[in-house]
Amino acid sequence: MSSLFAREVPLSWYLLLSAALFSLGVVGFLVKRNLITMFMSIELMLNGVNLSFVTFAHQWHAVKGQIFVFFVMMVAAAEAAVGLAIIIAVFRARATLAVDRIDRMKL
Amino acid sequence: MHLILFLIFAGLCLAGAINLLLQSHPINSALSLIVVMTSLAVLYLLLGAEFLAAAQVIVYAGAIMVLFTFVVMLLNAGREEHILGSRVAKTLGFPAVTAILAIIATVILHAQGLGVARLSDGITSTEELSSVLFTKLLLPFEVTSILILIAILGAVALARHSEGNAGSQGSSERTGEE
Repeated sequence: MSSLFAREVPLSWYLLLSAALFSLGVVGFLVKRNLITMFMSIELMLNGVNLSFVTFAHQWHAVKGQIFVFFVMMVAAAEAAVGLAIIIAVFRARATLAVDRIDRMKL
Repeated sequence: MHLILFLIFAGLCLAGAINLLLQSHPINSALSLIVVMTSLAVLYLLLGAEFLAAAQVIVYAGAIMVLFTFVVMLLNAGREEHILGSRVAKTLGFPAVTAILAIIATVILHAQGLGVARLSDGITSTEELSSVLFTKLLLPFEVTSILILIAILGAVALARHSEGNAGSQGSSERTGEE
């Protein structure tokens, strides 16, 4: 047990976790049929990529990787605001959130 | 200790992400996404990114997910409905995603020179981060502030023009968030 306490974690495990999160996000985007849940899957993909940025920043002892994550967070905040506003507008026009029912550009 | 913490929070992360896919109600998916983001904050801290851990909790788990849950409740989103059998996405999508994941995993596992992370590794202080951000990368920082300003205006403009009062509530929440 003491060896378990003393052990370090290879950075490849972090990268594998980030790849798994990204893939789960892609699967969610493909499988889910709800507009909001699909949007959440996109956020999950962004988080997976952020984790690999932070991992590589740790690997190279570089600050710029972390700053890139900071920028991704700000863009994600802007994207969430605009995207959810669009979702509200779509819901007001169609009264549904199922993407299978939102298949026309015009009403 | 690092290994134990990593295993606990990576497990929480994956469990939350899988739960997001399995739940059919959007509010449950949103809550599991909050679990994912909070455990990611702990992983950032393990990697020595203290500022990002705080920002992850405040911006992602706080602001963005509050916005998501707010919209889910505002629109009274019900359970997911499968109308058209989205067979193409499943039959083509799953093998493609599995292949992509396998390729990425192979590349990562064969990568040379990847280091290890220990608890004794140094932490990138907020001072270090901000000294680079506000000297070398000042222009991108300012451009991002303009981007967020435009996003606020766009969100208000998109959510406003209608007869319902849902829009005004949504836009005021949104501007408060930024």
